[in-house]
Amino acid sequence: MKLPYLEYAAPADVTEALGLLGELQDEASVLAGGQSLIPLLALRLARPALLIDINGLRELSRLSLTDGWLAIGAMTREYVAEESLAVAESVPLLAAALPLIGHEAIRSRGTIGGSLAHADPAAELPAVALALDAEFVVRSRDGDRIIPAVEWFDGYLATSRRPDELLVEVRFPTARPGTGVAFLEVARRHGDFAIVGLAASLTLTGGQITDARLAFAGVSDIPVRAAEAENLLVGERPSRNLFEEAAVRATARLNPPADLHGSAEYRKKVAATLVRRGLQAAADNADERS
Amino acid sequence: MVDITLTVNGVTRTGSVEARKTLADFLRDDLDLTGTHVGCEHGVCGACTVIVDDREVRSCLMLAVQAAGSQVTTIEGLAHDGGLGPLQQAMWDSHSFQCGFCTPGFVMQATAFLAAHPEADEQQIREALSGNICRCTGYQSIIDGVLLAAQRTRQG
Repeated sequence: MKLPYLEYAAPADVTEALGLLGELQDEASVLAGGQSLIPLLALRLARPALLIDINGLRELSRLSLTDGWLAIGAMTREYVAEESLAVAESVPLLAAALPLIGHEAIRSRGTIGGSLAHADPAAELPAVALALDAEFVVRSRDGDRIIPAVEWFDGYLATSRRPDELLVEVRFPTARPGTGVAFLEVARRHGDFAIVGLAASLTLTGGQITDARLAFAGVSDIPVRAAEAENLLVGERPSRNLFEEAAVRATARLNPPADLHGSAEYRKKVAATLVRRGLQAAADNADERS
Repeated sequence: MVDITLTVNGVTRTGSVEARKTLADFLRDDLDLTGTHVGCEHGVCGACTVIVDDREVRSCLMLAVQAAGSQVTTIEGLAHDGGLGPLQQAMWDSHSFQCGFCTPGFVMQATAFLAAHPEADEQQIREALSGNICRCTGYQSIIDGVLLAAQRTRQG
């Protein structure tokens, strides 16, 4: 369908954008890459009074590496991050997930901040952000607030961003030496939303797992961290048996949704398989990178 | 209404558009460039794919006002002197298409992809075209056409 009538503003800087957001609160929608919001408008699932287009705000597309964190401006296009050497070297899990987002044409416009603010539980970036304990920097007329990933996701397509706040930056901790990663997903077609997706990261020190991170996409209304499996893995040496046991623990309490792409039982089975494969792939990747 | 100026297929064009008008509708309705097709109108089918500043985009997921100042290439911009471009010729030779509705989207997507990845193999081409839907061919003839174009380009 054609988009509904709406008012449109393209603020010249962040201050102007924050003024509009502060005034209109949740009557306004922020237009980033538009790859989710424009379909929502076309389908009348979103009816904002005002569209605040932040594509002109170049200050929001900077990338910087400092003190063990990679800070990514919210308006950084997904293809730009995908092609970035800094991302590939410092946050390999993010680099592994980026090529799986939508299709080439979607990544041309789609942004890191837009995807994370939209917070689709089946999308790749929310699982990566949760797995890595990323930090979300939101700004309002009152100043900045930093929200940890575990508090960011707040239900289906919902975040803890207040209506007057703008997501300006997402910070990812850089990978320690010895870290291997994998982002795996099962989808009907390359580029579709995952039926189940898994972000996996293992850090090996002298052959022993010193850090383990697992987060699922597509198994709940928010991305889901598998803390019990992570605890099992730390201190152990990678082995087939260990990864089998981790798969059991990671999926024991999952209660995934059912839809035409798969039943809850099927999703659970796929999730366990992805844990086994993902951990093996991450362990192999750690060997390759060391 | 918002006044915009952009370059389409090498020509400077101007328009006065409502903010809600997509780039696809602007190209078709205001500039009469009806080669760009509109299928699903919510970013699923890929029929409206055009190239904006050297990247493929879905013109139904971009507002016309956002294209102000950009360089846009549509399917009309690929035909030189009324003939076919090299990719179009290879797809013609491979009988890539049937009804033609999805054609401009596939051709623009493949044009952008081959420009960035001239050495692409069949698997990479399949993945690059996975966001475009064709309900006639079963895709094999489309892949054949793009592979043929890539092969001809490599052979010079």
